[in-house]
Amino acid sequence: MSQKYYLLRNREIPDIDHISVYLANGGYDALRKAVNEFQPEELVDLVKKSGLRGRGGAGFPTGMKWGFLPNDGRKRYLVVNSDEAEPGTYKDREIIEHNPHQLVEGIIISSYATKAREAYIYCRGEFLFGSEQLKRAVREAYEHGFLGENILGSGFSLDLWVYRGAGAYICGEESALLESLEGKRGNPRLKPPFPAIAGLYGGPTVVNNVETITNVPAIVTYGAEWYTSMGTAKSPGLKIFSVSGRVKRPDNYEIPLATPLRTLIEEYAGGMLPGRQIKAVIPGGSSVPLLNPDKLDTPLDYESVLQAGSMLGSGGCIVLDDHVCIVGATARLVKFYREESCGKCTPCREGTYWMTDVLERMEHGLGTPDDIETLLDVADNIGGKCFCPLGDASLGVLVSAMKYFRDEFEAHVFEHACPMGEKLYDTVNY
Amino acid sequence: MKPEWSQWAKEAKEQFPQANSSLLPLLHRIQQAEGWLSDETIQDVASLLGLTTQYVESVASFYSLFYRDKVGKTVIHVCVGLSCALAGSDHVMEKLEHKLGIHEGQTTPDGQYTLLEAECLAACNLAPVVQRNLRFHGPVDPAELDADAFLAGDGNEVNR
Ligand SMILES: Cc1cc2nc3c(=O)[nH]c(=O)nc-3n(C[C@H](O)[C@H](O)[C@H](O)COP(=O)(O)O)c2cc1C
Ligand code: SF4
Ligand code: FES
Repeated sequence: MSQKYYLLRNREIPDIDHISVYLANGGYDALRKAVNEFQPEELVDLVKKSGLRGRGGAGFPTGMKWGFLPNDGRKRYLVVNSDEAEPGTYKDREIIEHNPHQLVEGIIISSYATKAREAYIYCRGEFLFGSEQLKRAVREAYEHGFLGENILGSGFSLDLWVYRGAGAYICGEESALLESLEGKRGNPRLKPPFPAIAGLYGGPTVVNNVETITNVPAIVTYGAEWYTSMGTAKSPGLKIFSVSGRVKRPDNYEIPLATPLRTLIEEYAGGMLPGRQIKAVIPGGSSVPLLNPDKLDTPLDYESVLQAGSMLGSGGCIVLDDHVCIVGATARLVKFYREESCGKCTPCREGTYWMTDVLERMEHGLGTPDDIETLLDVADNIGGKCFCPLGDASLGVLVSAMKYFRDEFEAHVFEHACPMGEKLYDTVNY
Repeated sequence: MKPEWSQWAKEAKEQFPQANSSLLPLLHRIQQAEGWLSDETIQDVASLLGLTTQYVESVASFYSLFYRDKVGKTVIHVCVGLSCALAGSDHVMEKLEHKLGIHEGQTTPDGQYTLLEAECLAACNLAPVVQRNLRFHGPVDPAELDADAFLAGDGNEVNR
């Protein structure tokens, strides 16, 4: 499918991760335009008008977030969240590995807009190549005078650091990320105060996702009207969807918001593996409820997906087919939350253990009739009772799976075995 | 303590405007050189940065990529996240366990390999995906995987 790319420009332009190639293709022109033609407040207005919403999962309007910074003269920080670890999501990794300069340019423009003097990229520890690419891009940007003192003669100065995490999903949660950036354990902080008021080292801080910031140079170049010409009034613009699971072409797809889920799966991702039927879709990363195939015509915008009973989240779309055991798949995802719970609060720390235990027991045919109620009861004692959103995130798939596929859970218990042979993967024969 | 560590500590502290941010980078750098973080190393890092040993231990133990036990020269992370599981990661793990004669979480007696589970490595387009010293390999077809060649470093690293 030929298309024009605005975020994944590496798809069209080989070696755009090198500054010479990036510059030859209009790179850093948006920065020049931003500092020459806009006052910081005008840029915040531009981003507000574009309707850009945070791509880290929550979809919070970016311009509005920038507007929350108090005008009290304290030093401001911009922190970019590159801790991508939500199962099924791998869009930020492609950006930092293959189009890092667009992110760096976005960071400089966004810092200018928010009057931040220091910026950080918090890069997931597992992204070794990604962090190398980011460090090189930052070095190149310094060498060309796009970072440091008096950028392009504008009087605006900015320093940017790449900071590597060390393996912890919870550090994607913005307050845990800030703790980690301060050299601490990645336990979330109590909110409020939100980072805009008390963030990094207690200073006013904007935390934005990699994809969010990568949109900014394109919005400066092409304008807010261009951005709002795509998607819906409330969910305008472009989004990268990471498709994985039982489809022919698992990949990142950069498409306008409100593209139907069916188009993403059947046209972009090439449809299901041969001979397979779609069973369910997790549309927005592992933390969101399942959608049944009857929801395939749902437009992929924040409001429509919510109305369909799930969430757009991070745009990590995991597709399950009719050979996948729903109990096994759920067990796998809940185990992820068990592994990644930071342990600070009891319902999450203990509840995710308990649910994983029960699910794995069921999958191995050792479940008891009480187990279904136990699961729902534990879920009920986690929901809304945790210190941070990770606890609730562990419930999205589980609770929806038990609603739509309760018969499968019951079959595991009453047949004392997994009816599908405990298999998540079934084409291997060696 | 290695002689160069105090220089590294100084550089780490100078790298960031606030010295607090130097702990993780210093732990990364020392682990890169030593392979892992022993109790002694933790004490050394604490004294280099003027922190308590308990504090450094509490931080180091929080993060899965800081190895508090000795690991092999080559650390292999097999992603067992859902998208990788749907593509056969459990079979990849089995094959590697069989080849190395160890279970997930263990190190071969000769100190060459450590085999670990990873949660989603944000590379589900490459499922099933494996990291060899944090470099991506994938998709690793469980049926076709030549474990010997893979372990020897068959150069099939992907950066995409
Ligand atoms: C458990 C948890 C994990 C998260 N992981 C990420 C992540 O990996 N990347 C990310 O950008 N946001 C993540 N978030 C959301 C961040 O807290 C924050 O909302 C986001 O970085 C804000 O950026 P945005 O407004 O540009 O989306 C996570 C949130 C939670 C609760
Ligand atoms: S909900 Fe889980 S991850 Fe969040 S603070 Fe509690 S224990 Fe930690
Ligand atoms: S599930 Fe393995 S990389 Fe995402």
